[in-house]
Amino acid sequence: MLEIRNLHASVEGHEILKGVNLTVTAGELHSIMGPNGSGKSTLAQVLAGRDTYEVTQGEVLYEGRNLLEMDPDERARAGVFMAFQYPVEIPGVNTAYFLRAALNSIRKHRGLEELDAADFLDWVKDKMKLVDMDERLLNRSINEGFSGGEKKRGEILQMAVLEPKLAIMDETDSGLDIDALKIVAKGVNTLRSADRAIIVITHYQRILDYIVPDFVHVLVDGRIVRSGGKELALELEEKGYAGMEQKNAATEPVAS
Amino acid sequence: MLQVAQKTDDYLSRFAQLEARLAGDGAALLLPIRKKAIERFAQLGFPTTRDEDWRFTNVAPIARTAFGAATRDGEAVEAQQLATSALMQADWPRLVFVNGHVAPQLSSVGELSGGVRLESLAAVAHADPEALQQHLARHADYQDHPFTALNTAFMEDGAYVHIPKGVYLEQPIHLVFVSTADAGPVVSHPRNLIVAENGSQATIIESYLGLGDGVYFTNAVTEIVVGENAVIDHYKVGREAQQAYHVGTTQIHQDRSSNASSHAITIGGALVRNDINTVLDGEGAQCTLNGLYLVSGRQHVDNHLRVEHAKPHCDSREFFKGVLDGHGKAVFTGRIIVRKDAQKTDAKQTNMNLLLSDHAQVDTKPQLEIFANDVKCTHGATIGQIDENAMFYLRSRGLSEPAARGLLVYAFASEAIDRIQPQLLRSQLRQRLFDWLPEGHRLQDAQ
Ligand SMILES: Nc1ncnc2c1ncn2[C@@H]1O[C@H](COP(=O)(O)OP(=O)(O)OP(=O)(O)O)[C@@H](O)[C@H]1O
Ligand SMILES: [Mg+2]
Repeated sequence: MLEIRNLHASVEGHEILKGVNLTVTAGELHSIMGPNGSGKSTLAQVLAGRDTYEVTQGEVLYEGRNLLEMDPDERARAGVFMAFQYPVEIPGVNTAYFLRAALNSIRKHRGLEELDAADFLDWVKDKMKLVDMDERLLNRSINEGFSGGEKKRGEILQMAVLEPKLAIMDETDSGLDIDALKIVAKGVNTLRSADRAIIVITHYQRILDYIVPDFVHVLVDGRIVRSGGKELALELEEKGYAGMEQKNAATEPVAS
Repeated sequence: MLQVAQKTDDYLSRFAQLEARLAGDGAALLLPIRKKAIERFAQLGFPTTRDEDWRFTNVAPIARTAFGAATRDGEAVEAQQLATSALMQADWPRLVFVNGHVAPQLSSVGELSGGVRLESLAAVAHADPEALQQHLARHADYQDHPFTALNTAFMEDGAYVHIPKGVYLEQPIHLVFVSTADAGPVVSHPRNLIVAENGSQATIIESYLGLGDGVYFTNAVTEIVVGENAVIDHYKVGREAQQAYHVGTTQIHQDRSSNASSHAITIGGALVRNDINTVLDGEGAQCTLNGLYLVSGRQHVDNHLRVEHAKPHCDSREFFKGVLDGHGKAVFTGRIIVRKDAQKTDAKQTNMNLLLSDHAQVDTKPQLEIFANDVKCTHGATIGQIDENAMFYLRSRGLSEPAARGLLVYAFASEAIDRIQPQLLRSQLRQRLFDWLPEGHRLQDAQ
C-alpha cells in the first residue's frame, strides 16, 4: 500500500529526514517510535502533504501512485488520513459541517452518494459512541476550546468517519490519561481491518499495551535505526533510544 | 486644483437654482439652514488627503466629476428588479427612493400603530416643516464635514421616521435607496431623520442599491435621535453599483440610558466612505457600532467612526471586520473622545482584517482623546492572512483548496453577520457573502 524509499526532507534548509525506508501493506499496523525531535511528525506531515517540508530526495508510492505529487486534499480523497499531533483550532467553522463536507468530498471521489445533514448525523452518532464523545461537540467550532483529550479523540472520530485506507496517527496517545488512552486504543483497534493500514507514531510504549503492532520501527535523527516485531517496543522501554542508535545501519531497511 | 474649484462652483450655481425653486414652498422654512450649509461648503471645498480625516481616502474622483441632478424617474424601476435585493418579500413597512426621490409605487408603508410616522421627508418639509425643525440638521455637523454640508444644502428627500414615546415597533422599517445610473453621472443627497422618543424601540434598515452600470454619487446623511431609555437598532447595507461613489454619515444622538446599535455592511461601490458618529449625551447610554466590509477589485472602503462619551457611565463597543481581495483598499479610523465629565466610561474597539491578496491594503488606526481620568478604554486592530495551519488541516481532510479557503473566510466574516438581528436580513447578507466568496455556493449550509 505504502512504500517509502530513501526519503529525505528538510525544513528551511535544515535536513530532518535523512533517508527513511518503510514498506506498509494493507492489514498491517506499524508503530514508529522515536525521541523528541527525531522527525516523527515531519514524516507524518510529509505523507499528508504539508508543503512547509521540502522533499529533497527519495520517493513515496501509495497504491502504486507517486504520493508526493498529490495535493493534500487529493491524498485525503484517495484514502490517506493523518491524525495531527496538535489538532488545529478553527474558530467559526462548525465541526459537523466540516466533517460532512470532508466525508462528502471523499464519498464523491469514491463514487458514493453524498450524505445530507440528517443522514450524516445518523452516520456520525454511531462513530461518536466509539470514542465516547459528547454530541454537543459537533455544534462547536473545530477543536476550539476542546480539552487536550477531546482534541485527540476528535482526531479518532474523524478517522472513524472518513474511513481511510491508510491512517497515520501522530502521537494521538500523548498527554492522555489512562481512560482516554483506552478510548483511543479502542478506536484504533475497531478500525483495524484487512484492507486498511495503520501507522501509530508514538513516544511511549504505553499505548502498545492496548494496541498490538505487527511491526515496530525506531526513528532516531531522521532515520529508522531498528525494525522488529512488538517485542522491540519492550526492548526499547528497557534500554532507551541511546541503546538503539549503536546498532544503526546494519538493520535497515526492513519490514515488508 | 483649478478643476476642483470649478466643480465646487457647479454646486454653488445649482444651489442658486434650488433656492429660487424653493421660494414660496412650505419647505422654504429650511432655507436658512441650507444657506448656511452651502456657505460652509463654499469655504471648505472638497477635502483632500491633507485633511487628517481624509488622509487615506482621496475623493478627487468625486470632486472632479460633473454630476447632474438625479431625475425623478422612479417609474422606470419595476418592483421585480428589486425583488430579492431589496427584501421586497418582507412585510416590513417600506419606503423606496429612486435616485433620491420617493417612489410611492414601490413603497408600502401599511398601517402603523401607535402613531408612528414613516413619511417622505420632502412631503413633510412641504406640508409640516415644523415637525422637522427641532432635530433636522441639528446633529449632523456640517461645519467640519464638507459632504454633510453639501447634503444639508441640497437635501431633497429621504425618510422621516418618528416613534412616539413608549411605542415598540415590532417590524423593522426598511428604507431602500435605489440608484439607476445609466444616463450620465448623477448625484443624489438622501436625507433621513429618525426620532425615537423616550422609551420607544425600533429597528431601521437602510439599503443602498445600484441597478445600472454607470457612475453615480450617493451623498447620504441620516440623523438618529434616541430619547431617554429608547432602543434603536440601525442597519446600513451598502450594495452600491460597481462604479458608484458613496459618502454617508450616520449621526446618532443618545440620551440618558438609551441603547443604540449601528451595523454598517459594505459590499458594493467603487469608493465608499461611511462616517458613523454617536454622541453619548446622557448617563448610562450604551452604543454598539458593528460593521463588515467585503472589498475586492479596486474598491476603496473607508469606515470612519467617532464615539463621543459626553456623560459618565456610558459604554461603547465597536466591532468591525473586513475581508480584502484583489487590489482592494480599506480604511478604518476609530476615534473615541472621552469628555472631562465622562467618568466610568467603558469603551472597547476592535477592528480585524483578513487579506486574501498581496495587493490588498488596510490602514487602521484608533484615535483616543481622553480627558477624564476614571476610564476603561481598550482597542485592538489586526491585519492577518488565511491561517495556513487551518488550511492544511481542512485540506488534509479532503476539502479542496478553494473550499477550504472559502470556509475560513466565511468563518471570519460570519462573526459579524451573526450579530445581525432581523433574521431575513441576516440570511440575505449571508447569501451575499456566499456570492462574494469563491465557490461560496458550496457553503450554503455551513452555518
Ligand atoms: N516548521 C519547522 N520549522 C523549523 N524546524 C522544524 C519545523 N518542524 C520541525 N522542525 C524541527 O525538525 C526536527 C524534527 O521535528 P519533528 O516535529 O518531526 O520531531 P518529532 O519526532 O515529531 O518530535 P516530538 O516527539 O517532539 O513530536 C526538530 O528539531 C524540529 O525543531
Ligand atoms: Mg511530533
